Amino acid sequence: MAIAKVCGIETEYGIQVRGAESNPVAASSVLINAYVSGVLRKVGWDFEDEQPGNDARGFRYEDVLSPEVETQLVNAVLTNGARYYVDHAHPEISTPECVDALDVVRWDRAAEEIVRVSMDAARRLLNDGSEIVTYKNNSDGKGNSYGCHENYLVDRATPFGRIVSQITPHFVTRQVFCGAGKVGTEFPGVTSQSVPFQISQRADFFEEEVGLETTLKRPIVNTRDEPHCDPQKYRRLHVIVGDANMAEVSTYLKVGTTAIVLAMIEDDALGTDLTLANPVAAIRHVSHDPSLARTVLLREGKRVTAIELQWAILERAQKYERSHGLEAVGERVGADILSRWETVLTGLESDRDSVAGWVDWVAKHRLVQAYADRHDLEPSDARLKALDLQYHDLRADRCLARRVGLETLVSDEDVRSAMTEPPTTTRAYFRGRCLQKWPHDIVAANWDSMVFDIGRDPLRRVPMMEPLRGTADHVAALIDECETAAELLTRLGS
Amino acid sequence: MAERTQKQKPVPARTDETVTEAPATAPQGEKLKAELDDLLDEIDEVLETNAEDFVKSYVQKGGE
Repeated sequence: MAIAKVCGIETEYGIQVRGAESNPVAASSVLINAYVSGVLRKVGWDFEDEQPGNDARGFRYEDVLSPEVETQLVNAVLTNGARYYVDHAHPEISTPECVDALDVVRWDRAAEEIVRVSMDAARRLLNDGSEIVTYKNNSDGKGNSYGCHENYLVDRATPFGRIVSQITPHFVTRQVFCGAGKVGTEFPGVTSQSVPFQISQRADFFEEEVGLETTLKRPIVNTRDEPHCDPQKYRRLHVIVGDANMAEVSTYLKVGTTAIVLAMIEDDALGTDLTLANPVAAIRHVSHDPSLARTVLLREGKRVTAIELQWAILERAQKYERSHGLEAVGERVGADILSRWETVLTGLESDRDSVAGWVDWVAKHRLVQAYADRHDLEPSDARLKALDLQYHDLRADRCLARRVGLETLVSDEDVRSAMTEPPTTTRAYFRGRCLQKWPHDIVAANWDSMVFDIGRDPLRRVPMMEPLRGTADHVAALIDECETAAELLTRLGS
Repeated sequence: MAERTQKQKPVPARTDETVTEAPATAPQGEKLKAELDDLLDEIDEVLETNAEDFVKSYVQKGGE
């Protein structure tokens, strides 16, 4: 049976400084420091186990690839179990590990709020009239892209080649309900006159079917093999092909459907007949056609639309639910995902406006079209590109996504509490609770370990190699009962 | 592909409309357009004042 699809999302935010000269690396550091120094004591990230150069295909790449993480930059672990850091020239937040798509939405929204609070804190800190503004998008419209990556726990026993070949059709076509939309195109040789609006922010940037890179020659399936847990038992599938979503339902469907498809692949219940003849061309082909009418070629010779391909995957998922159940993705959330998956495909086919509250690109497209109509604008008018960017502006009073009637799945109260509280159902609970209770005794934290300094040498590392151990059920009582970190370590027997 | 069983599960935002609207005379498209028009009235107040400068100055380093 498929293993639990523990999952999470990491978002790099666009960043701009208004009213002062600053480089984005410095601005990102200021932003994060403003939050961390204002809200928390900083606990450093521990890089000992980071191996971004490991390749799932079985070889290492470190001689070719420069390290992806700049260790000298700001890097903090938050009490909600998330990591907040500067990656390249962007502020980035990785959510804590979650058990299902609904929790991912909750902690991803919490991450947005943390960035929003950070902007306010930075403005007060800078105190010179300048402002750091952040955007939850993936491209600057000038050929520079930054990512929103998903992560899913998969069984090491599942052949990686099967994952690559069978997940690709989903990665190419899921954008119909989770694309964030983009005015124009950045694909070389294609003009924005011929593609005034497209479905995905990211589709222009994918050049390979499979590979290790994330910053150039981006692959549809990324092979980074860095499980951050027991490598004998698990992989972490690192997904770089998605857009950052403003619509909660888009994030929910993106993560929920992908988790189900991965469970199906583990149980060998998806099949190989949906393989695309040319996935790299197809992902762009689909994105560049908001009418959703274009077809893509399957390897077996048939042509299908992206929606038809999604219907085929959904039908198999429905069958899978009946034959295997959806325990791996959470029964309740899984059933809701299947139901909404069907609703969204139906809506996209028959009544596009009916899903404008769920699907970012549909909401943005309506807005852009209506604005262009009202002011009689050419598709190339800068005001339309400005609308696009401002859809993702995280300032509450400027954010256009907040004004288009997007449905929310998580209450404001749940978002607020998730800014400081970890999920109770993964090892993030142990990480977050320890950081809340004993911040001065923790010198470093990582996804799969915590390092305590309780005043006696040596430092004590607590390994957390199982993503589903260290939950509230396992350790809440223990953490409640322990007065000191030293007592905790004694009782853990480490 | 197998036959689809399409459950009617309307998007929540639309539930009210179907109750209050007389479909023959007030097509939903017009109501949605009216909502969007209201939105556009407000949006002009929050849009960046110089779109061209704003778009030009929005330059990011590649990430990931």
